[in-house]
Amino acid sequence: MAEPVSTSTLIGSDGFELHPADETAILEQLKHYEQPQAACIDALKIVQRRHGWVPDDAIPAIARVLGIGPGAVEGVATFYSLIFRQPVGRHVVLVCDSSSCFLTGFDELKQALVNELGVDYGGTTSDNRFTLLPVCCLGACDGAPALMIDNDTYGPVTPDDLPRLLEGYP
Amino acid sequence: MSQSIPSQRQSTQYRSRLLQPETERSADTHPLTWRLRDDGEAVWLDEYLRKDGYQSVRKALNEGDPQAVIANMKEANVRGRGGAGFSAGLKWSLTLQGGDMPRGYLICNADEMEPGTFKDRLLMEQQPHLLIEGMILGAYANNSFYGYIFLRGEYVESARVLNRAIDEAREAGWLGPDINGSGFDFDIAVHTGAGRYICGEETALINSLEGKRANPRAKPPFPGQSGAWGKPSVVNNVETLCNVPAVILNGADWYQGLSGDRTKDGGTKLYGVSGPVEKPGLWELPMGTTGAEILERAGGMRDNRQLKAWLPGGASTGFLLPEHLDLPLDFDTVGKEGSRLGTGLLTVVPQEMSMVALMRNLEEFFARESCGWCTPCRDGLPWTVKLLQALEHGQGEEGDIELLDKLAADCGPGLTFCAHAPGAAMPLETALRHFRHEFEQGVGKPRGEAHEDPIPVGQV
Repeated sequence: MAEPVSTSTLIGSDGFELHPADETAILEQLKHYEQPQAACIDALKIVQRRHGWVPDDAIPAIARVLGIGPGAVEGVATFYSLIFRQPVGRHVVLVCDSSSCFLTGFDELKQALVNELGVDYGGTTSDNRFTLLPVCCLGACDGAPALMIDNDTYGPVTPDDLPRLLEGYP
Repeated sequence: MSQSIPSQRQSTQYRSRLLQPETERSADTHPLTWRLRDDGEAVWLDEYLRKDGYQSVRKALNEGDPQAVIANMKEANVRGRGGAGFSAGLKWSLTLQGGDMPRGYLICNADEMEPGTFKDRLLMEQQPHLLIEGMILGAYANNSFYGYIFLRGEYVESARVLNRAIDEAREAGWLGPDINGSGFDFDIAVHTGAGRYICGEETALINSLEGKRANPRAKPPFPGQSGAWGKPSVVNNVETLCNVPAVILNGADWYQGLSGDRTKDGGTKLYGVSGPVEKPGLWELPMGTTGAEILERAGGMRDNRQLKAWLPGGASTGFLLPEHLDLPLDFDTVGKEGSRLGTGLLTVVPQEMSMVALMRNLEEFFARESCGWCTPCRDGLPWTVKLLQALEHGQGEEGDIELLDKLAADCGPGLTFCAHAPGAAMPLETALRHFRHEFEQGVGKPRGEAHEDPIPVGQV
């Protein structure tokens, strides 16, 4: 587990400004739902797409756009595993640790990833390129062991495949 | 070097595929997959229409009797393919409608995250219009004005394909106001999630859809009475909805006949295998196909390994043994063996795999994915992991196995809000029953000697 990041690093002194395009994108999501709170997860993902993660100061900014309390947004932001509350690297590696992968070489693949990247779960490489996280069953069990890098799913992946796979994500 | 990267990236890029060629599939026998292309490309609207697409919607809307759609589904006895096996027609017949009741929601559960399950992805990525067609019929039967496809966030390709298909359908008048001139209105949005297995539980899914933490809700009221935003809401799995068009077009008798005399459950099923087999994959086969037939299609165990045990349908089903391979895989037969059909995608365990290590992996998953709402689940599952970790390393104490028995019992059905904890208990209970000696070998310390404390759970 990564060391907790101090609050001063999380919150810039200038506070947080929601990018106008992001605000528009969030408002666009509202039309799909009866209540604005439903766009909460979409809003967090929109902010994360721009910043790579969701800083604390983004929470009240999102809450204002949705017209709900910041506590409701924070509750959601801390629940879902694909919403990142600490800075991550330019690329996120999600390695599937569920049963089919466990039965077909997950341990070796994960160890190879740790060796290749030099970080364990929750860690980010010193060049800020990769963050390594576990993910539950990727639904690619006929291609186990599987992993995702950003939006791309790979499988089956052997430890030998890793160097050239990672090379595709500068 | 940079020139060659894209093709290299393609080389292990995962693509969902069916291991049955077009020549083996026909509309009469493979209602879920007969339109799929051998090249694995999505079947878009033009091709879908050429292959009799949207005929069931045309038929149902022309007949103009939503109750007849429900009656057809009840008679066909299409049982929920998300794993619970509840009759979809019966569920639909319980949806509140009429009188002052507002029109509600038709929600497709596409949060496929059950370990060992990779079937809904195939249907969404290669045949999105079949799902849309099924959803229109479901909406018509349940008087739903709007539909959501609740899709897990990691299914990026599914989202792309579904959104394009929804646009195509809307443009062609199969979605939106006055569908095909019938006066019936219905539209669909894809709602993508942000992780967490618990979102697949139907009431947790509704909370997540509403932009809340995905804790399950107490039942009753059931979603059909009061679901999303208090309106009647129907939640069905992707594969379940994909069964509806052919039932409406060909009738309940035809559907029942698909499974022959194998089982009283009708229809076909997307069965599959993963784990150390020669050809892991997916096939559409008659409901009630045996584990042995499916394993044979997968080319048997990889490298001549011996089969020790198997899960019939995901991590939350109970372990079966090689002697169970000749049973028809339907909901009731598997249920009688102390397991569940679940999603019908087999996970095979080879002889040399330690059941203690595998259970530790499974319970780490369940402990991490618990939403934390109920005590037996939130506290019991990490405790289970801790005991299994100790046993795996020969550090277990006398009494640990009995404690695991008790923890599994305390997570059983009826003791928690949802089926997450019972799902975690079932593989544990069956592993302890069938392979108790393996657990006993991990007891290395007398009772009362403290475990190394505390072993971290979840890691993140």
